[in-house]
Amino acid sequence: MATMIENEVPQGLNADPMIPQLYRVDRVRDETDDTFTFSLVPENGEAKISFLPGQFNMLYVFGTGEVPISISGNPAMTSVLEHTTRSVGIVTKAMCLLKPGDQIGVRGPFGSHWPLNEENGRDLVIISGGIGLAPLRPVLYFLMAQREKYRKIVLLYGARAPEDILFKKELERWRGKFDLEVQVTVDRAASGWRGNVGVVTPLVARAPFDPSNTVALLCGPEVMMRYAVMELQKRGVPHDRMYLSMERNMKCALGYCGHCQYGPGFVCKDGPVYRFDQIVSVFGKSEV
Amino acid sequence: MIHTLESVIREHPFFQDFPEEHLSFITGCAKNVQFPEKHFIFLEGDPADEFYFIRGGMVSVELVIPHLGATTVQTVGEGEILGWSWVSPPYRWHFNAKTLKRTRALVFDAKCLRAKCEEDHDLGFEMLKRFASIITSRLDATRLQLLDIYGHND
Repeated sequence: MATMIENEVPQGLNADPMIPQLYRVDRVRDETDDTFTFSLVPENGEAKISFLPGQFNMLYVFGTGEVPISISGNPAMTSVLEHTTRSVGIVTKAMCLLKPGDQIGVRGPFGSHWPLNEENGRDLVIISGGIGLAPLRPVLYFLMAQREKYRKIVLLYGARAPEDILFKKELERWRGKFDLEVQVTVDRAASGWRGNVGVVTPLVARAPFDPSNTVALLCGPEVMMRYAVMELQKRGVPHDRMYLSMERNMKCALGYCGHCQYGPGFVCKDGPVYRFDQIVSVFGKSEV
Repeated sequence: MIHTLESVIREHPFFQDFPEEHLSFITGCAKNVQFPEKHFIFLEGDPADEFYFIRGGMVSVELVIPHLGATTVQTVGEGEILGWSWVSPPYRWHFNAKTLKRTRALVFDAKCLRAKCEEDHDLGFEMLKRFASIITSRLDATRLQLLDIYGHND
């Protein structure tokens, strides 16, 4: 499989990173009642899309505004760009109204990426919550294509309720594989649900991985990641083998405007994916 | 490989670094059990005289809420411990526990263990330390559930 992962960090299609590239909405798929995935294709048709799992784009809904959204598609696909987002703010609500054929501006990809090639030969535990599964979906595509390079792979995913679970069909497909352990839990469920109920973090204690040779990838609400880090520490996973995707109010995406300052750096430039030992002194602190 | 009751207990993380002199007594309090799907292991209000190590399957800890019926507040799966109401008075279950699938477990005679803990405070302290850790984890998990962290305001 051709993949971008072994190359340099992609710099985007446009020479000037402040100028959006024109894309067209190709398809919109509802994931839940408020979360959707849309596929974009470049209007010029010839450009090849490249990104690394964990990176994000700035999406510009013309006349409304621009928001940072993680890329949720398959990194091996060079013709379609996928993003999954929840309709919560002015821009994402406007984005939710876009139909196939509508145009949108894209700047990116920006930011750091999950350390996939650097960490092959190890167990991987992926811990995600809510919409935090979206930035990890490219990781799962990548791992499925390069499965032989890794030992055990465990996906722990928490959602609010069964109807809020993202990528249901893919989760079912991944769960059906003998070489991938998938555990899904929900905070609350009606009587018909036969899976786990409870938060995702306690699943870490009984997940099948070797802590001495494991890399953990975490993405979800920050409070969830705090508890997940504690559970990983209890299992003996060192700080320099935990990676977290942080979220802040990214605006310029180039480290100029300062909106997404996080400690001494900027999430748009130094993140969103951080190795935990790099942020341990600021992680979980308010006003940072 | 054959696992004896003692080896299963010894290898369980709950009993990691447990004083050797108490392990045979603990083993004497335990036995293997199996429950079919949809079986009530215990019911809210009944005497809490056991606790369980779940070895396979899944158990729903649920509460019956008027107008909503039985509502699962948590599930307990392989490797986890079910039941800590035996630790504190009035020693009654606070929830129902129902199997969601066929479940294998070790059941411990908590009534006998409780009496022994009263007699031997070293054993009592070891057990209480371990159950306090479980209770703390469950409290943390409950707080996270209450925060509704994946909701619209996350």
